[in-house]
Amino acid sequence: MSLDDTPRFDTLAIHAGAQPDPTTGARATPIYQTTSFVFDDVDHAASLFGLQAFGNIYTRIMNPTQSVLEERIAALEGGTAALATASGHGAQLIIFHTLLQPGDEFIAVRQLYGGSINQFNHSFKKFDWNVVWADADDISSIEKAITKKTKLIFCESIANPGGLVTDLGAISKIARRAGVPLVVDNTLATPYLCRPIEHGADIVVHSLTKFIGGHGNSMGGMIVDAGSFNWSREGRYPTLSEPCESYNGMKLHETFGGIAFAIACRVLGLRDLGPCISPMNAFLIIQGLETLSLRMKKHCKNTIKVAEHLSEHKAVSWVSYAGLRGDRHHKLAKKYCPNGAGAVFTFGLKGGYEAGVKVVSGVEMISHLANIGDVRSLIIHPSSTTHRQLSEQQQIAAGAGPDVVRLSIGLEDAADIIADLDKALAEAG
Amino acid sequence: MDHSAYSETYIRSILNDVKTIAMVGASANTIRPSYFAMKYLIKKGYRVIPVNPKEAGNEILGETVYASLDDIPAAVDMVDIFRNSEAAGTLTDEAIDLGAKVVWMQLGVQNPEAAKRAEAAGLRVVMDRCPKMEYGKLSGEWGWMGGNSGRISSKRGKLMGGRAQSLSIGVKRT
Ligand SMILES: Cc1ncc(COP(=O)(O)O)c(C=O)c1O
Repeated sequence: MSLDDTPRFDTLAIHAGAQPDPTTGARATPIYQTTSFVFDDVDHAASLFGLQAFGNIYTRIMNPTQSVLEERIAALEGGTAALATASGHGAQLIIFHTLLQPGDEFIAVRQLYGGSINQFNHSFKKFDWNVVWADADDISSIEKAITKKTKLIFCESIANPGGLVTDLGAISKIARRAGVPLVVDNTLATPYLCRPIEHGADIVVHSLTKFIGGHGNSMGGMIVDAGSFNWSREGRYPTLSEPCESYNGMKLHETFGGIAFAIACRVLGLRDLGPCISPMNAFLIIQGLETLSLRMKKHCKNTIKVAEHLSEHKAVSWVSYAGLRGDRHHKLAKKYCPNGAGAVFTFGLKGGYEAGVKVVSGVEMISHLANIGDVRSLIIHPSSTTHRQLSEQQQIAAGAGPDVVRLSIGLEDAADIIADLDKALAEAG
Repeated sequence: MDHSAYSETYIRSILNDVKTIAMVGASANTIRPSYFAMKYLIKKGYRVIPVNPKEAGNEILGETVYASLDDIPAAVDMVDIFRNSEAAGTLTDEAIDLGAKVVWMQLGVQNPEAAKRAEAAGLRVVMDRCPKMEYGKLSGEWGWMGGNSGRISSKRGKLMGGRAQSLSIGVKRT
């Protein structure tokens, strides 16, 4: 391949961001397990602190293992730059801290991970960042929610827990008209299944804890800057457009152009709020990322088999998986996730709440825990766990009513996953 | 040529060939983008001569500032334009007269007519890019800030001048 060829997805997943180490020649990315980096001299230190030179200062702000992970995800998502964080929630905190001032509003699509619903309803309220809820299945509800105070629109590409696919193109048009960025949580899809920037997203956020790491061993989050949004047009994003006091009055958007958002998230958000990723976790997630497309193919292949089986099971009242023909989101899935609709979905039990509790305790091989996106198959009954803080009405609105069980299908043999579910369903009656 | 995208080979050849850069619109203000770029390029071994009528006769980063391209007493390989797209037209003509080999217009600066004139006169042209950013992408430093360089390589990065935190694009400079 020549210098001028553009590498394809699987090549980027292995190579992007990772040239061999300049001093040792190490081919795998080394774990730079250090808090800090020596300066070459006083002027070099001043240049780094003044953002005049690229380079490492302190692992709360950047680390060479972390930067390999960042460039790789930026490349896979088609963004200009990225920033890794300690967790998906840490990434969300930094995005909102960069874009909102006290008193501002944002619109979030209701079909979200329960933890994000909590973060928005309660913790973000303390900063006076005010969520206005809308409905992914009624796009006009998003348009109606826009006010002068709206600073961003937030949704998931494939929504947790219901596995439904969001109409990113339609929502991005609304965001464009309103002059606000569209922020898409792409955790459930991963860039292998969906690349939101291609559909108009301005910022992509990830919990790397899930399919990207993929092995259930490391927490991590990621913010990807599409480089597409004009932060200075109306002065509505002062952190980016106005002189920055903690950098001698520098204007970040003017100075950093298409990577200004990612830079602001790092040199203000991460620097001051502190949720940095550990080098060890960055390494483990890089390792996972290298097999992303292989794993996602098998995840999707197994999931369609399990979903088809459950949809014919007598104890099951419904299955919500956009990969199933006949599912109400199947058309959107074909448009936005042509390689597969992911590996997280929900189904309803005729036996309701009680049956849900029994099924999660009746499985032998599938793990009962609060995570998704592992090589292992995982199961949870949201209304007794992740979504228990919500009212029954809120649970139903989030696709996590009392009869709902969520599965995250792993990479075991599909026949064994099905056999385990059949056993638990039979016992639940 | 098509200026909507530049190949790595093209940018690399420019950054390898030029030694002396005249930076029009260089600023003495240490938080301006032009100051960042000038400081960075000097560290990478280029000689950068600042041009700015308001600062003429003063020094920026140890280099005398000239009022115009015409006033520079040394030979200039590349003219780097930190001015608006309209001003870039006249400056490109001056760069041609000066015998420069490259006209580089900064991020946000584009003047396709001027580019055609420069190319007809045998110069190479880059528009709407920053040489600091492009150098960073080619050397591997861009990724240190999470930037997507758009390239991959199985070759070891090259350290610059005995410093741990500085990578070069491979040309030996003194
Ligand atoms: C869709 C989605 N977004 C965000 C998060 C939060 O990520 P983390 O647990 O890494 O903070 C999760 C975690 O379950 C998730 O499923």
